[in-house]
Amino acid sequence: MQIKYFSWIKEHIGKSEEEINLPHNVSTIEELMFYLENLNDKYKRAFEKKDLIKIAINKSYSSIDDKINNTDEIAFFPPVTGG
Amino acid sequence: MDHDLAENIKIKIQIEDFDVSTETKILQYKKTGAIVNFIGVVRDHDERTSQLINSMTLEHYPGMTELEIEKIVLKSIQKWELTGVTVIHRIGKLLVSDQIVFVGVSSMHRQNAFDACNFIMDWLKTQAPFWKVEENNNQKKWVEFRQSDEDAIKKWKK
Repeated sequence: MQIKYFSWIKEHIGKSEEEINLPHNVSTIEELMFYLENLNDKYKRAFEKKDLIKIAINKSYSSIDDKINNTDEIAFFPPVTGG
Repeated sequence: MDHDLAENIKIKIQIEDFDVSTETKILQYKKTGAIVNFIGVVRDHDERTSQLINSMTLEHYPGMTELEIEKIVLKSIQKWELTGVTVIHRIGKLLVSDQIVFVGVSSMHRQNAFDACNFIMDWLKTQAPFWKVEENNNQKKWVEFRQSDEDAIKKWKK
């Protein structure tokens, strides 16, 4: 699975994207966030303010309880500030 | 969608600057009676702290940005009778007073162009995945989202 990070989430984690194999006990975005934040302190800090984090599955806005699978592209980012 | 109209929609994410008068002329079709442009520019200070800034850098989510803007533009042409729509958004490093975004809408009559331009900008602000980081000497600060932008889209949901 491809995971992309943007803005300060990317900076906290220290990378803009990574490829992971979805652990068998992870089937929703919420479970993926829980899995990632337990990897180390960088992820923990990145996912600290959960209510501020927006999620996209395959480049489409999604919510925390949406199902995911190993071929998806997931993105985590803060509220957008363009324009 | 009207075949002609599909050809008159332009969405671009680019590093380069844009020329407002060139873009305005492109929006002028035979049926066009009104053109409304919005241009967003880099202001010299942070809105919350009033601290002066030297520059800002814009990043985005390639692929998703284009899809989100396309959705917004398609909604606008379903809602109003338009003759052309152009959205150009810059990325990368921008200096104070640089142009950031161009939203141009043309229609037969002015009210549709005014409303559609406002609608596109309001939705772009809250949906298109861009992020700004402000720079002041060696300090950088990610711009925080504004509740007023979130509130602005409520008028389109009525």
